[in-house]
Amino acid sequence: MTTAPANYTRALDLVTRVRGVRGAMLVSADDGIIVAEQLMEGIKGPAVAALAASLATRLRRAMEAAGVGASLFWHLQAEQGALLVVPTAGGTLVVAVAEPDVNVGLVRLELLRAGEVVG
Amino acid sequence: MAEEIKTLSSQLAQDPDSLVFLRLGELLRMKGQLDAAQRVAVTGLDRHPHLPDAHDLFARILADKHDYERAFDEWDMALRIAPDHVGALKGLAFLYFKVGDLAQAAAHLEAAQRVAPADASIAQALAMARGGESAPSPTAPEEGEPVALPVSHAPAERAPPSPTPGAAQPLEEARVFAGLEGAQEGLLLLDAAGRVLGGALKDPGGKDVTDAVAAYLAGVSQEAARTAKLLALGRWTGVAAEGNGGHVHLTAPTGDALLLVVRDRAVPMGRLAIIAQRAAVAARRWLEKHA
Repeated sequence: MTTAPANYTRALDLVTRVRGVRGAMLVSADDGIIVAEQLMEGIKGPAVAALAASLATRLRRAMEAAGVGASLFWHLQAEQGALLVVPTAGGTLVVAVAEPDVNVGLVRLELLRAGEVVG
Repeated sequence: MAEEIKTLSSQLAQDPDSLVFLRLGELLRMKGQLDAAQRVAVTGLDRHPHLPDAHDLFARILADKHDYERAFDEWDMALRIAPDHVGALKGLAFLYFKVGDLAQAAAHLEAAQRVAPADASIAQALAMARGGESAPSPTAPEEGEPVALPVSHAPAERAPPSPTPGAAQPLEEARVFAGLEGAQEGLLLLDAAGRVLGGALKDPGGKDVTDAVAAYLAGVSQEAARTAKLLALGRWTGVAAEGNGGHVHLTAPTGDALLLVVRDRAVPMGRLAIIAQRAAVAARRWLEKHA
């Protein structure tokens, strides 16, 4: 696990305590590098972080082009799980990897709270 | 009628799989007992989900209840099961009339007329459609004459007729999302290369942003697929996002197509997902026809 400031750990704790969450990361939105993470074994953190950042960038551009403004929360749904992301104003992505039956509303809430902690 | 309803109800109670629910539901609808008619129709559909007449019946009831969006879905389903279903063709014609699309209304009535040339009500409705008069209601009794639309659908409130109504194509061939909510400004269908197949997007200021958004979406799809694969999440099924000015939902109706739905923030994400599902069904159908 990456060594991280206490507030980062606290932010990740908020997310990973939700049942069905397999891990959480703080990722630099600009370069896709992990700032802090709490992931279950087997999840390829660096690669996931890079792809999450790339996806976030492309999604942001599409949303801005569509006139709906910046993304506040997004959710990649897949057959066997999900990736849930909250971009922060400071350029960090709060990322959760979750089981398919996770309570999305609750994870969203905790991601937003974590985003406030991280800033 | 009351006696027949009683008899049919009894028959249905004795044999829940019986098709008498079709007649019973129709009689209840004609009598104005729409909730009871809907219960009969829904129960019948549960047992006979592939019966086009059951979808037609349910659609008639929904239309009587002014739930036109669901009525469209049901008639659309009836046509998917039975492309020559006269009731569904008339029903969709009615709905097109309601939104002022006289060309599509006439096209569906023409299709119905080809199937049932002796049906005087279709000829009459078609004449009305071409002449800009009030449309017949598809929810009129099967044996009865067409019924004029309510006053609120008077010709003055409708869009101008198409200059070439006779050349109109059926729904599936003309527009991917015809009849769906926001078809002209909030739904977009793309192929794998990012080419626009149907729909359009406008920003809150009314500016057409279709091409600009399309240019970014192919990249979103590729990254979504790569991320899902890397995490061993199986096939990605959608990306839902909240923006500070609206919500979007991206999905892949087929392996090589992308569908984007955009709505303002007043539309909850759950509702957006439902809209996306419906649009995806329409898109798949359209893509299959044009494969």
